[in-house]
Amino acid sequence: MPICALIVDDSSVMRKIVERSLRQAGLDLTKVFEAGNGAEALIVLQESPVDLILCDINMPVMDGLEFIKRLPSVANAKGVPVVMITTEGSESHVVEALSHGARGYIRKPFTPEQVKEHVVPVLGGKS
Amino acid sequence: MKSANEPRADNDSHETWLPLLEMATREVFELMLGCQLTVPTTAEELMPEVTAMVGLAGHLCGVLSVRCDGKAAALMTSKILGVELDKVGPEVSDALGEVCNMVAGNFKNKIPGLAEGCLLSPPTVVTGSDYSLHSLAESPGLELNLLFERLPMVVSLQIHN
Repeated sequence: MPICALIVDDSSVMRKIVERSLRQAGLDLTKVFEAGNGAEALIVLQESPVDLILCDINMPVMDGLEFIKRLPSVANAKGVPVVMITTEGSESHVVEALSHGARGYIRKPFTPEQVKEHVVPVLGGKS
Repeated sequence: MKSANEPRADNDSHETWLPLLEMATREVFELMLGCQLTVPTTAEELMPEVTAMVGLAGHLCGVLSVRCDGKAAALMTSKILGVELDKVGPEVSDALGEVCNMVAGNFKNKIPGLAEGCLLSPPTVVTGSDYSLHSLAESPGLELNLLFERLPMVVSLQIHN
């Protein structure tokens, strides 16, 4: 099933890497929105509904943890699975992200297979 | 008395970190670039044209850097983005910064206590070779000489505590 994704990362290269990994994982991406931080991502979501959000944690302006806390206030984000992708290995960050609704957590470096393992189950049959 | 989970940041243990730094670097290149790094059998001359640096702060303070020439940096960018080498443009700095960031993160996650107690700075990338790097590091630091697609690269960790 076609998927519309939002990739949130302050590195444009990492956004491209994540998109490539999603395609290599076999996801049928019809549209990919990009945002450089949480605040930009909230603006994107106000305009455009998506099926999946992949989000870094350490970003300027608004980090991934603050972004995920604010997501419930965005109508378009209701029920949209969020998977965190980050270099941070901190267990407390994992716990905090999951407690605020993240559905998965992928550590960099990663393979397309690992992306698939974490993303496909949260799409609930949409993939 | 130190618990097993406290970071081992004393100078005596720094040399034992070298294999972890190598493992962390190799994993990034294998998983993200699909490349096996090799160890040079002879001393390779490197004129660094791109230097990516990530600062570490907290239980471990220092700077991790990845240095290589322009050709290696462009090839890394090509492989990590999956684009043809001749299509690689200004994203080289961002790509090498990400490589450095992942090596630093992967390295600290391998040392007990550092995943939680050490933060990474955003990467900084210097292009050009006409510069000197002055570090306030108290120890000589760790340095890895590796070959990426037969091109020399250096990964180094300057430790401040």
